[in-house]
Amino acid sequence: MTPNELSLQLAGLRPRLLRFARLQLRDDGAAEDAVQEALLAAVENARNFEGASAAATWVFAILKNKLIDEFRRRGRTPVVAADDEVALEILLEEQFDARGHWREPPPAWSDPAASLEQTRFWEVFEACISGLAERPARVFGMRELLGMETEEICKELGISASNCWVLLHRARLGLRDCLSRRWFGEN
Amino acid sequence: MLSCKDSTELISQGMDRRLSLSERMGLRLHLLICRGCRATEQQLGFLHDAGAAWRQHHDLPSTQQGDSK
Repeated sequence: MTPNELSLQLAGLRPRLLRFARLQLRDDGAAEDAVQEALLAAVENARNFEGASAAATWVFAILKNKLIDEFRRRGRTPVVAADDEVALEILLEEQFDARGHWREPPPAWSDPAASLEQTRFWEVFEACISGLAERPARVFGMRELLGMETEEICKELGISASNCWVLLHRARLGLRDCLSRRWFGEN
Repeated sequence: MLSCKDSTELISQGMDRRLSLSERMGLRLHLLICRGCRATEQQLGFLHDAGAAWRQHHDLPSTQQGDSK
């Protein structure tokens, strides 16, 4: 493919990559830069691609690495005690009594799989992820949205495995709580 | 006997690492008697599926290491 052909083909992918990067980075400027760099790298390598779909997979992998670089860079900047993360922990602790049993057992969701077909569900899902404290949201995104293994995430972020599990546990229970209130509660 | 809080930790970790035999047995026993934790297991499993479905919804290609679990 020529660089021009590829640019045209990838133009359609751009908004989706941007949405993904924004959700992960929570910073529009940084998301824009990461997507721009990934697309540029693809166009510079245009001649190596047989078709647009191979290029799309490649761009996505490049973008993923850019996001990880950004996480790593942020990871080195000193982290002030994040109030929102403490708030999330309190929210979780409050669900259990002193012996660690449910104060009010969470009700099951009926037919959650059907939600995956609804566009509106994804808006709520993204809003709930954006509403999580930054570190749990980041680890959840790497694990469940990027599909990375925990070992790889720990390595990239320079945190211990048990720290990683704690963050994932908080993120998942926080998301469960948010979806119960904002999606499954109203259906 | 596991508390519900411990159980939710094992449910979550079971998605990220292989639990030991005694952890699995403890969790299974607890789930038999605890409706709230059964709901939690269903919901966290759903969140895991939703991540992959989210990529599909936005028509994003999966990464190479992705979906290996």
